[in-house]
Amino acid sequence: MEALHVISAIFMFAGCFFMITGAIGIIRFPDFYTRLHAAGKCDTLGEVLIILGFMIYQGLSFLTIKLFFLSFFILLANPVGTHALIKAAYVTGVKMWRRGENG
Amino acid sequence: MGKKLSYILTFIVMFLFWILLSAWQLYPDTPGKFDAIHISQGIAAAALTTYLSRRVIFDLSKKWYVKFLRAIPYVAWELWQIVLANLDVAYRALHPKMPLDPVVVEFETPLRSDLALTFMANSITLTPGTITIMVEPEKGKFIVHAIDRKLVKPLVVDQTMQKKLAYVFMEGQHDSSA
Repeated sequence: MEALHVISAIFMFAGCFFMITGAIGIIRFPDFYTRLHAAGKCDTLGEVLIILGFMIYQGLSFLTIKLFFLSFFILLANPVGTHALIKAAYVTGVKMWRRGENG
Repeated sequence: MGKKLSYILTFIVMFLFWILLSAWQLYPDTPGKFDAIHISQGIAAAALTTYLSRRVIFDLSKKWYVKFLRAIPYVAWELWQIVLANLDVAYRALHPKMPLDPVVVEFETPLRSDLALTFMANSITLTPGTITIMVEPEKGKFIVHAIDRKLVKPLVVDQTMQKKLAYVFMEGQHDSSA
């Protein structure tokens, strides 16, 4: 039992790490497009890892199945949302940051 | 024939999902309310959802089971790519100098069917350093924003993902290259 708790804690910490780096990326990156890279990618793996930690903590039960579906839908929905945002920005002509410019 | 089967499959999956979400009591971990009223409500809800999503789920085209079996190793590969993508973004976010070199590229793929294009667009967004901006279904053309010039190479030069997806969905090789 103790070992499982340690493993689930490791998963949750890894998830939190990715969420925090995603937040740091959103603040540090220079323009809308690169910020979306940080937001879209880190959120996907961060959330899935945290939910995986919950699943291991809970053990095999009914909640685990619901959590599994939750992570499945996050994996499907997150890239679609990121794509919708970046397409809206591209179509309306948000200016892109190039290397060498000041952020 | 195939259409009827896909309706039935969709209905079964929707009804099982309804049982999972609504009919089962969470605490204590025992089967919940399975009387006539609740079951008939569930059947009505599942039938309505089946009708609304009739063109979406279980497109049982030719050899769908081969596609399904071939998709399993692809999804495993994709999950690994998600981990790599996150490590890449984390490295760039935490690096003091922020090694960014954003670029927008266009390329054409041999993929044509809706499902294959959707898989491709989502996979591009999840793999390291690239996000799909636009898709043009007629030519299988993708416009992609990359966070670094080097990360475009696997898509445009090696075309790893296109080849894997063309294999999964058995799409023919049209005359198109980067």
